[in-house]
Amino acid sequence: MPHLPHHSPAALPLIDLPGPDVTVRRLRHPGRWISGGIVLLLLAIIVRAFAVGQIQWTVVGQFLTAGVIVTGFGWTLLISACALALGVALGFAFGIMRLSENPILRFAAWLYVWIFRGTPVLLQLLIWFNIALVFPRLYIPGLVDERMVDVVTPFVAAVLGLGVNEGSYLTEVVRGGIGSVDRGQKEAAHTLGMTPGQTMRRIILPQTVRLILPVLGNSAIGMLKFSSLAATIAMGEMLNAAQRIYFINGAVIELLFVCAVWYLAGTTVLSIGQYYLERHFGRDAATATSDRRGFWAWARRPAARGEA
Amino acid sequence: MSLAVKAVGIRKSFGSHEVLKGLDLEVAYGEVLCILGPSGSGKSTFLRCINHLETPNGGYVWVDGAIMGYELNRGALQELPVKRLRAQQSQLGMVFQHFNLFAHRTVLGNVIEGPMVVRGLSRDEAEARAMGLLEQVGMAAKASAYPSQLSGGQKQRVAIARALAMEPRVMLFDEPTSALDPELVGEVLEVMRNLARGGTTMIVVTHEIGFAREVADRVVVMIDGEIREMGAPQQVLSDPGDPRVRSFLSRVLA
Ligand SMILES: Nc1ncnc2c1ncn2[C@@H]1O[C@H](COP(=O)(O)OP(=O)(O)O)[C@@H](O)[C@H]1O
Ligand SMILES: [Mg+2]
Repeated sequence: MPHLPHHSPAALPLIDLPGPDVTVRRLRHPGRWISGGIVLLLLAIIVRAFAVGQIQWTVVGQFLTAGVIVTGFGWTLLISACALALGVALGFAFGIMRLSENPILRFAAWLYVWIFRGTPVLLQLLIWFNIALVFPRLYIPGLVDERMVDVVTPFVAAVLGLGVNEGSYLTEVVRGGIGSVDRGQKEAAHTLGMTPGQTMRRIILPQTVRLILPVLGNSAIGMLKFSSLAATIAMGEMLNAAQRIYFINGAVIELLFVCAVWYLAGTTVLSIGQYYLERHFGRDAATATSDRRGFWAWARRPAARGEA
Repeated sequence: MSLAVKAVGIRKSFGSHEVLKGLDLEVAYGEVLCILGPSGSGKSTFLRCINHLETPNGGYVWVDGAIMGYELNRGALQELPVKRLRAQQSQLGMVFQHFNLFAHRTVLGNVIEGPMVVRGLSRDEAEARAMGLLEQVGMAAKASAYPSQLSGGQKQRVAIARALAMEPRVMLFDEPTSALDPELVGEVLEVMRNLARGGTTMIVVTHEIGFAREVADRVVVMIDGEIREMGAPQQVLSDPGDPRVRSFLSRVLA
């Protein structure tokens, strides 16, 4: 059967083909413009509502740099930093214990995670703050013998509460990081004659840091925000300072907004730091495909699971 | 010839599965011994028992005047603390099928790690010696590369240099070319051939019959956790007495 050329009204004869420089018109996306317009409109409505609402913006500006607030923010930063340091130390200690050959050490680490990850951090803060009710005196022979209320100040309670709680999360992260370094490298280290301690310090832990770092960035951001819970145990950090001011002058929402501005500033700085830290540690070795998209693209990435 | 390694009645079970059924082996200094055998016959486990990456359930391994992992004390074997075991293990260089290079260290960093951390060499001294070894395996030009940037053959040559850096009495190889693309096998075998020529004592688990025929002083065939044949390569490879060895060899030589 002869092969007949197929003719349809849509067929484009060769003779009508355009030249190589033909103009290309992109498909229009009217839907995107419409949805974008709606969102912008809603944003404008919200902004206007706050602008004309019952807020005295001059008061916000006035208290933004007030001495008490700035000092409070200093305490916020100090609590966060100390608690994060404590959390990291505990996370590594218990994370390593979690994988110990010794079943009792493994159990102790499991118990730690079970208790401190299984109860609300606010509750833990309140318990640390009131620990003197259980142990009126802190007595370690030859070292300390003082009233508990003098030792566990609101600051100490805040650092303990937030740090011990964070440590229970980081324990699991460290455990996962250690587990992800393949067993072969550990065996190679052993055949070179490296002791378990040397292998952990020089081979395993350096490789887990890269995995743990992004989590630590999220921890730092979360910690900055969670430190506001210390306001409930009479710790004079920023939120507590703001509350003490608005109890007197009644500018409740203004002072809360002042806090929001400072927290946002803090978390933004931490996000930028996290970006550069990750980029620095991602640069060498294994993760060869380094992230060159720049900070803003990175910042708008979908949030990681568990990001606070 | 003086003995370098003597394995006595090595038994090893995983659960109820008896993988090694009482193996005896002697290797002399300067000797190259190749271990052949079907997959799952216990070759890796035997090698790992020799350097105590696995603790045998029975028997023991004597290396260069000491029993691995133990001390003879009033007629009994007293287990050694881990630090002394590691010192013994560093007498045996191990090359793994999957290289097991330290991913966070450069090529040079991999080779100097043992000498610096275990032997306490200064960085300068360790690096000078490491560069010599990398020269020997043809990897000096890649000294500052990371393992992820190397081909399999290059990784394995670095792994050999890393093991040599501890100046071991004996080198153990566990299928060093099995994870490599075919065209990369030759460069690794070449390095091993040179080591053998230089008089290095070697125990090599391999499927490279050609290498065994050419380089080995003796060949061992393991089947189901037992040594079924042992002798000079020509004799074992061309005229094995054991019927199961004959059928295994006919399969790999085909
Ligand atoms: N760590 C282990 N746990 C349980 N079984 C194992 C382990 N290592 C090896 N085996 C088993 O022991 C047998 C011998 O393994 P192996 O020594 O790796 O053999 P080969 O190296 O000759 O292929 C296999 O059946 C394997 O499944
Ligand atoms: Mg094997």
